[in-house]
Amino acid sequence: MQIQETKAIQVTDLTVAYRETPVLWDIDLDVPPGVLLSIVGPNGAGKTTLIKAILGLVRPAAGNVLIYNKPYAVQRKIVGYVPQRGSVDWDFPTNVLDVVMMGRYGALGWVRRPGKQDRELAMHAIEKVGMEKYTTRQISQLSGGQQQRVFIARALVQDATIYLMDEPFQGVDATTERAIIALLQELRENGKTVVVVHHDLQTVTDYFDWVMLLNIRRIASGPVEDTFTADNLRETYGGRIAFIKNK
Amino acid sequence: MLDFFFLTRFDYTLMVVSIGAALLGAISGALGTYAVLRRQSLLGDTISHAALPGIAIAFMLTGSKTPLILVLGAAIAGWIATLFVVGIVRLTRIKYDSALGIVLSTFFGFGLVLLSWIQHQGNANQAGLDTFIFGQAATLLQRDVLTIGILGGLALLITSILWKELKLLVFDEGFAASIGLPTRLLDIVLTSLLVIAIVIGLQAVGAVLMSAMLVAPAVAARQWTNRLNLMVILAGCFGAFSGVVGTFISSSATAIPTGPTIILCVTFMVVFSMALAPNRGLLWNSIKQSRNRHSLKLATSSLVKSTSVNNRIEENDNRKY
Amino acid sequence: MITENINLLTAIIAIVTASACALPGVFLVLRRMTLMSDAISHAILPGIVLAFFLTHSVSSPLLIVAATATGILTVVFVELLQKTKLVKEDAAIGLTFPALFSIGVILISRYSKNIHLDIDAVLLGELAYAPLNQLDINGREIGPVALYVMGFMFVLNVTFILVFYKELKLVTFDASLAATLGFAPTLIHYGLMALVSMTTVGAFDAVGSILVVALIVGPPATAYLMTDSLTRMLILSVIIGSINALSGYWLSIFLNVSIAGTIASVTLLVFVLVFLIVPNRGLVSIARRHIRQKWEFAQTMLVIHLFNHEGLPEAQEESEIAHLHEHLRWEPSFALRVVKNALNNRYVLQEASQLMLTERGRAKAQRALVQ
Repeated sequence: MQIQETKAIQVTDLTVAYRETPVLWDIDLDVPPGVLLSIVGPNGAGKTTLIKAILGLVRPAAGNVLIYNKPYAVQRKIVGYVPQRGSVDWDFPTNVLDVVMMGRYGALGWVRRPGKQDRELAMHAIEKVGMEKYTTRQISQLSGGQQQRVFIARALVQDATIYLMDEPFQGVDATTERAIIALLQELRENGKTVVVVHHDLQTVTDYFDWVMLLNIRRIASGPVEDTFTADNLRETYGGRIAFIKNK
Repeated sequence: MLDFFFLTRFDYTLMVVSIGAALLGAISGALGTYAVLRRQSLLGDTISHAALPGIAIAFMLTGSKTPLILVLGAAIAGWIATLFVVGIVRLTRIKYDSALGIVLSTFFGFGLVLLSWIQHQGNANQAGLDTFIFGQAATLLQRDVLTIGILGGLALLITSILWKELKLLVFDEGFAASIGLPTRLLDIVLTSLLVIAIVIGLQAVGAVLMSAMLVAPAVAARQWTNRLNLMVILAGCFGAFSGVVGTFISSSATAIPTGPTIILCVTFMVVFSMALAPNRGLLWNSIKQSRNRHSLKLATSSLVKSTSVNNRIEENDNRKY
Repeated sequence: MITENINLLTAIIAIVTASACALPGVFLVLRRMTLMSDAISHAILPGIVLAFFLTHSVSSPLLIVAATATGILTVVFVELLQKTKLVKEDAAIGLTFPALFSIGVILISRYSKNIHLDIDAVLLGELAYAPLNQLDINGREIGPVALYVMGFMFVLNVTFILVFYKELKLVTFDASLAATLGFAPTLIHYGLMALVSMTTVGAFDAVGSILVVALIVGPPATAYLMTDSLTRMLILSVIIGSINALSGYWLSIFLNVSIAGTIASVTLLVFVLVFLIVPNRGLVSIARRHIRQKWEFAQTMLVIHLFNHEGLPEAQEESEIAHLHEHLRWEPSFALRVVKNALNNRYVLQEASQLMLTERGRAKAQRALVQ
């Protein structure tokens, strides 16, 4: 008999297709609570689509996603989301505080405006990512790393149990990358589950404790030491990978 | 005595027209902000042209030129045009720009067909339908202004009620959907607001120039502020101001049409804002650039100095050992 | 002149105009710049008006020169506005042409008391009058001006495309490669824009500035639904444009309504019709293929599902027919039908209540996964 433990995220037999081309084939993924998981795979492997499918942003052709044993629609408030930085127009007329405050919109519900308490929560999150000097700065005047910090602060304000982040290290400076990973590790220490779409194979073993290798189908997933093997990587990248630093 | 009577009558017309133009400018300016931020400026152009067959059909069905009925017809046609554009882009390989171009020109052409049909039917009431093509602000009556005010006010009210939801939709649709906002519904609401802003302006400004009433105030306002709420308010003010000024200029001279004058006023505000607005304006930027170049020069020269100092220290150190 | 003759002449003018407009339109559609034609067709108004004030003639060649210059100026304006980074492309277009058009309208209404140039004609055109304006050489009428102008534009467009075919193709599909190969994409770009301006102003008399967009965009977009080859798209565009013009013209005579408007309406009708029925890409064949592929796709999902769990501890549970629909979140009836199809196709075998992959099914799963 298997012991049925509660999974933070449970993806079963998930298939997603755009028109007639499949993007994800029959994905199974169990994420236990309190892990820092990276999703790794080549371009076009469906990493972003998997995140979006978990969030209910794309409709699957088959399969199911559960967040703590319930569908996403009812568990929305315990999930925080960091979209790809490139998915928004940073010339939008708004400032740092305002963007971070958007993380409170879900809790506020319809029509209600954010108040003093929401502002304090937002300020707290901004301090957490070290952006307190820039609260009133227009977002187009931030560096790539600073923009990413703003997005992460917005997710922190959601005060979630599970965080899904789409390429948070894309185009950020080394200092920001270290700051972000420290923050993610702190979240994990506090029992949160963090799922990150990641590109840089070199840092997987340093940053994460779980990994999922994905290329349209799931190649492997589990603790980094068992899963992040040369064989699995070769299967994921199809021999295109020349050299992996193994620690 | 007769002179005086004539003058006040004239002023009354002018007052109605300028109030109408001001309301119109305010509403299209404020709602146009969203179109500009969503890069849908030219969707506005398409909707304003595509409204023509709706106006013609509304007239054919009811035989009435009541503003509300014509506006309703225009709005339905504008919506159908938007659905056509979305459908073409989603179902075929035709790109957004071509879809806009096709829908704009062919819907408008169909409107012309209907108008010429109506003309040949010899309906005496049909005169004036073509003001929707060229726009004639001078023909605005009290009932038109009332329609503009009520519909526009309603649109602005919805915008303020759904303020944070619409803001999030425009800025980050994916995040909006992830926290459970019905993005498709909000998209429909926002497009409907755009359609309303356009159709209430058609009679005064005309199909060709209507898109500028949406785009120009928002672009001018964007140069002065980095906040959405201020941008919407400023765009409304710029639009209203241009409406009033344009009306007065065109009424003070003979044979200057109102619509184009309003457009030139608001275009002037765009040029002025882009040139002179602090922080973003071109003048400001060129000053900042030349100052940067200057400070860069200073920085490099001091860098050169400090490296030479360092070298000297190193030399001293080397000598010690 | 005899009415039939006029009808024939009008039809010929319509066809030549449509053909001339369709050719540069192909490149605008492919380069995603169609709205530039909308902008140009409105913005050249002040150029025409100014030239008209100088020459006092609607048929002076100076009008075309001035309009072409204004058209290129419009393109430059839009590009300069975009370069400031203060305005996005769509807003830049949406700002430029209404302003220029407004200047034109004001000039006309202010100073055109005793000249024959009115906004109605410029904006809407009137094809019916086109044959009446005859080209007069030494007192002899040798045919409608519009026919000569548009015939010339057609020849000019064909020549430009023939001479610069390779360059146009490269600039359209890979502008940066064209630049590195030394093909001067900017020059080709402005050449094309000049042609669009000239063709537009030539077509003004006949169809006006808004409907000219239908002639420029409609046929190429329709042709784009039918073919992948640039050459074929060019030829098809001319044919479709001619068909639209001819049928639109006769329909308008029959219904006694606006000629240009009917041609535009027919353009939309033909576009929608082609979109519905064209083989392979049309809505009908897409829908048919979609239904076929839905079952095919579902079977692939099934074999991949079985394949992924093959030999694993949970395999028994996952391959239970009765539980399939729960795992895949399918309707039970849908799941049963998929299983039936898969059994018929010998992708799977049924053993008691469980499904087993056949060699054939396993191969299918592997094939789908390595794609």
